[in-house]
Amino acid sequence: MTIPSPRPTRRSSTEITVNNRNISRRNFLGLTAGAAGAAALSACGSSGPSDKAGTGTGAAATGTASYWSLSGPPGEAIRKAAIERFNAANPSTKISPLFFQNDAYKQKIKTALGAGEGPTMIWGWGGGGLKSYVEANQVEDLTDWFSQNAAVKDKIFPGAFGAATVGGKIYAMPIETVQPIVLFYNKKVFEKVGVEPPKTWDDIMALVPKFNAKKIAPFSLGGQSRWTNMMWLELLLDRSAGPEVFNKVFAGEKDAWSDPAVLDMLTKIQDLIKADGFVKGFSSITADSNADQALLYTGKAAMMVHGSWSYGIQQAQGGNFVKDGGLGFQNFPAVTGGKGDPSNQVGNPGQYLSISSKATPEAKDIAKKFFSTTLLDNDEINGWIKSGGVPIIKGSDAQLSSSPDAEYLKFIYDLSSNAKVFAQSWDQALSPTAADTLLDNIAKLFQLQVTPQQWVDNMNGVIGK
Amino acid sequence: MTTIAPPAVRKPEATTAGGGRSGSVSWMALPALLMFLAFGVIPLLGVLALSFATWDGIGEIRFTGLDSWKAELKDPDLLHSIWVTFEIMALSWLVQTPLSIMLGVFIASHKRYRGVLAVLYFIPLLLSAAAISITYKALLDPNFGLGSGLGIEALNQDWLGDSTLAMGVLVFVVSWQFIPFHSLIYQGGVRQIPASLYEASQIDGAGRVRQFFSITLPQLKYTIITSSTLMVVGSLTFFDLIYVLTAGGPGDSTRALALEMYQTGFQANLMGPASVIAVILVVVGLILAQLLRRLGGRGDESQLEGM
Repeated sequence: MTIPSPRPTRRSSTEITVNNRNISRRNFLGLTAGAAGAAALSACGSSGPSDKAGTGTGAAATGTASYWSLSGPPGEAIRKAAIERFNAANPSTKISPLFFQNDAYKQKIKTALGAGEGPTMIWGWGGGGLKSYVEANQVEDLTDWFSQNAAVKDKIFPGAFGAATVGGKIYAMPIETVQPIVLFYNKKVFEKVGVEPPKTWDDIMALVPKFNAKKIAPFSLGGQSRWTNMMWLELLLDRSAGPEVFNKVFAGEKDAWSDPAVLDMLTKIQDLIKADGFVKGFSSITADSNADQALLYTGKAAMMVHGSWSYGIQQAQGGNFVKDGGLGFQNFPAVTGGKGDPSNQVGNPGQYLSISSKATPEAKDIAKKFFSTTLLDNDEINGWIKSGGVPIIKGSDAQLSSSPDAEYLKFIYDLSSNAKVFAQSWDQALSPTAADTLLDNIAKLFQLQVTPQQWVDNMNGVIGK
Repeated sequence: MTTIAPPAVRKPEATTAGGGRSGSVSWMALPALLMFLAFGVIPLLGVLALSFATWDGIGEIRFTGLDSWKAELKDPDLLHSIWVTFEIMALSWLVQTPLSIMLGVFIASHKRYRGVLAVLYFIPLLLSAAAISITYKALLDPNFGLGSGLGIEALNQDWLGDSTLAMGVLVFVVSWQFIPFHSLIYQGGVRQIPASLYEASQIDGAGRVRQFFSITLPQLKYTIITSSTLMVVGSLTFFDLIYVLTAGGPGDSTRALALEMYQTGFQANLMGPASVIAVILVVVGLILAQLLRRLGGRGDESQLEGM
């Protein structure tokens, strides 16, 4: 509650005060990544003039660019390796990284940009968040750079640029992996109950009582995290009405949520909830703790709709579950009579790296060199493949077969490259203001605290905000 | 617990030996006052100014008059979160106060084993709210929690996923954490009561229960007010515990004012309306603290009249 203040002896009080300030500044920078980040910072501290590298935009930081991203496996190690490779290949310049936890990062980056203390390279999810940076003139327009470096652009999945584009201009480089949302299931549980994975929405509703009768939850869900619930809405609306409905919302058309397909979709979801389709207590389960994943690999739940990264978690935490072929995966089922193309995907079309418009020209050049070299090299591609991800780089499927998870990676690659539309998750596509209302109302919808009609009315209220 | 509590202050180095001979010591309040101004009053004024502005946290701050106030006061979520806050406040006061008084009286007596117990009771206070929340969240998990671990079906409730149960759990955890603290206050209060009062009542033939209600409780009046002020004002600003335990859920069943403020400001990027909530929090807190002070009556009356 209060910051513990050291009790200085009289003589050294000034020194300690200075230390204190350093510590609190580091806290502010959120050096939660711990030893790694601290080592990076002290490393650049020892190299003299690049002392201010941690804050990045500093004019004193000649030859140094800073990079902020997410901590945690598997991404952190791969990101760190890329930066080390770049620094080794370019000894005259230096990129210093800082890593933060997901939720903490979202706050830190906003505060830092607002205070003019942001990094040279801003890692993000594109879409609405990127749009708010653009509106605040915080990120560099990369359109010209991409047209001058067509080779770079051509290497990347074209679908990934949608969420990097604001008002027809590109403000971020798509990086890392494509992450569609798919339906995972526990094969052993399906065998035990003697049923087949669902092909349509009707199949899903028919499976629910069969699993419940055997005291197995039909679907696992980390409902407290809210975006987990949202994945259901995104996919179900796309399957039943196609991407047009949400595109209208995204474009800010008045009353765009009032489409009858939305009401129908929300009613379907509430029917599934009322039929006990989701695990008991789902609204107090968080996705961060991976308790929702545990339900699937322990066989307490039969199925789970989740982002493709779930595979890596099941593999790391589920013992021999994945190795023994226990984990099944398939495209989200179609809705009978639905207008949406079942090949459409929703999820993260990629991750994004922007360049701060406040960075020094030197730092910007370092960042651009990093973009066009290291981020596209084979080590980068292999790193992500090894982690169970599919890089957003064209033709990387050739390298997938060497992976022990080739079957799954091939599945994700095909799903992503065959998708007619790869839509971005709603909360990432919308502005933070609208996204908060969205997640709030989705939680209430799953709690049956609002009716579908109330949901539509509430959401119409924040269109375009 | 309170947002506006003045932070700890380092004493200025004594310049002259044997200070304190002069009459006025009001300068002693100066360091605390400066810190309070810098970290209490000035940010508060900043928040007040922001409540008349529109700001998304990274762009420009534009002053838009009463827009944020109008928008926020019309928002049904505000009323709901005020209701939730007062519900938590009332319930946790009702649970904590009787238990703390009883525990305080119990550990106040000078017997050795009670000292050991007092130390044990004190343990929850040493844990951080986040650690407590994570622990309880794991224990109460409907699928992997205490219930399924011990195989006791009755414990397998949807503790944090049901609106009523979640509120109950919240009040329980808050009480579990803070009862030791308030017991400590009451223990101190009880030890201040002159033993002669008890001796006199014993001669008059009063039993233990009668002593408790006729001497201990009335003598603890100011302690009760102090402890209640801390509870009431503290529960206005509960954040960490709720944030980790339920994140305001299920739905918005446990979303108290502080949480609503955080979500509005830092998730929806609406700094203006969030500042409005902050101002409301401060005003409500001040009013409540003042009311409780009034309850205590005039400060000059003695509790030891006739002694």
